Amino acid sequence: MSTQQQEPEEAPETDPEAAEVPPESHEMKAQSSPQQARLQRKQDGLAARERAADETELEGDTVHIKVFRYDPEVEAKQEPRFDDFYVPYTRGMTVLDALIYARDEFDPSLTFRHSCRQAICGSDAFFVNGSQRLGCKTQLSELSQPVRIEPLPHQEVVKDLVVDMEHFYDQMHSVEPYFQQEDLPAGELAEQRQTRENREKVKMSTRCIWCAACMSSCNIAAGDNQYLGPAAINKAYRFAMDEREDEEIKEHRLRIIEQEHGVWRCQTQFSCTEVCPKDIPLTEHIQELKREAVKKNLKFW
Amino acid sequence: MSQSYNRGLIEDFGRWKEFSAGMWAWIFHKFTGWILIGYLFTHIAVLSSAIAAADGQTIVVGGETVNAYTGTLQGLESLFIVRVMEVGLLAVAVFHILNGCRLLMVDLGIGLEAQDKSFYASLVLTGIIVVASVPTFMQGVGL
Repeated sequence: MSTQQQEPEEAPETDPEAAEVPPESHEMKAQSSPQQARLQRKQDGLAARERAADETELEGDTVHIKVFRYDPEVEAKQEPRFDDFYVPYTRGMTVLDALIYARDEFDPSLTFRHSCRQAICGSDAFFVNGSQRLGCKTQLSELSQPVRIEPLPHQEVVKDLVVDMEHFYDQMHSVEPYFQQEDLPAGELAEQRQTRENREKVKMSTRCIWCAACMSSCNIAAGDNQYLGPAAINKAYRFAMDEREDEEIKEHRLRIIEQEHGVWRCQTQFSCTEVCPKDIPLTEHIQELKREAVKKNLKFW
Repeated sequence: MSQSYNRGLIEDFGRWKEFSAGMWAWIFHKFTGWILIGYLFTHIAVLSSAIAAADGQTIVVGGETVNAYTGTLQGLESLFIVRVMEVGLLAVAVFHILNGCRLLMVDLGIGLEAQDKSFYASLVLTGIIVVASVPTFMQGVGL
């Protein structure tokens, strides 16, 4: 970790990019789906911001970050406060890089989760400048200073930026997020084939990295602890829409999500869709499951 | 387990400056919905004066003796504040209708990627309709 901060010129710069879809893939495809159009816009915005970042000479400057501190086990930290850190800025520095620098150089007790640093492990979702973002995927150059870094709202704070994820995981597991097909194709090595169209349909929903940014941004989930939440419903969507599972299993899945605290709690605020670091159209998926649930109940034959 | 710190309003409405279009639409929809429910009750109260009118009760409005129902309405309409509130009620109702249509589209899965634009459109349309209605509502009322 510490070796990498000495030469952040190359390493962190490419990290957030790596997780993104390469820009060429958008140009090759026609702008058929709204999702693609949205991603294209996002991509353009990203490019524009990067150009702007190049022009505004942050190089050699320090970045002012305010980090939420709280530790119930240490007397001096029982009263939550914000600590200020001034981190030397290098081009391509992310919020996570700044936190790592602050921890390694200034305060070793600064606690936060992180692992892969390339937006795949989903450990480092923070509340950055009033919005749920992945620390490793958020460029400091995009943020106005001072950068306020807080733990995810609506989850219990264990220490500093670490929140209790247990409830989120419980909700994720309650939709049975695993393949349940019983009738397997004959033959020992036979594969369970999925059509390309079907794969495209569930593609975005498979990208979830369980970072809980959506759950944290959702006002309904904040008020109703039993609500499954966007991530879990998206997980349910991923399997309910998978054609390789039998109709009865799909019905079973729909029964889970159409319960009182399931899809019908969603009031289409679009908060989850806004914050999702993997650009999953969560609201769209929830709405589609609502329609599926209605269709299932209307079907009397 | 460690106890946790309750961050209170900061977690919700303390962050109103950072709300996105969808969130504002949701808040306005709730707010206008409650106002319309509140109006429903005052509306029933005003209409109920027709019962008194049917019993033959009368009120004196501006030196004229009229029946209770007409008198109540005329009395209310002569107040400037009531006219202003009527414009407000129209604004609330129009926004609720337009945003309701927007939510209908969202429920049908149509144009989800343009949900923020449709929210702004409903706001602008509400503004136009309300401004256009002001002359009608303010007709013949002195300050």
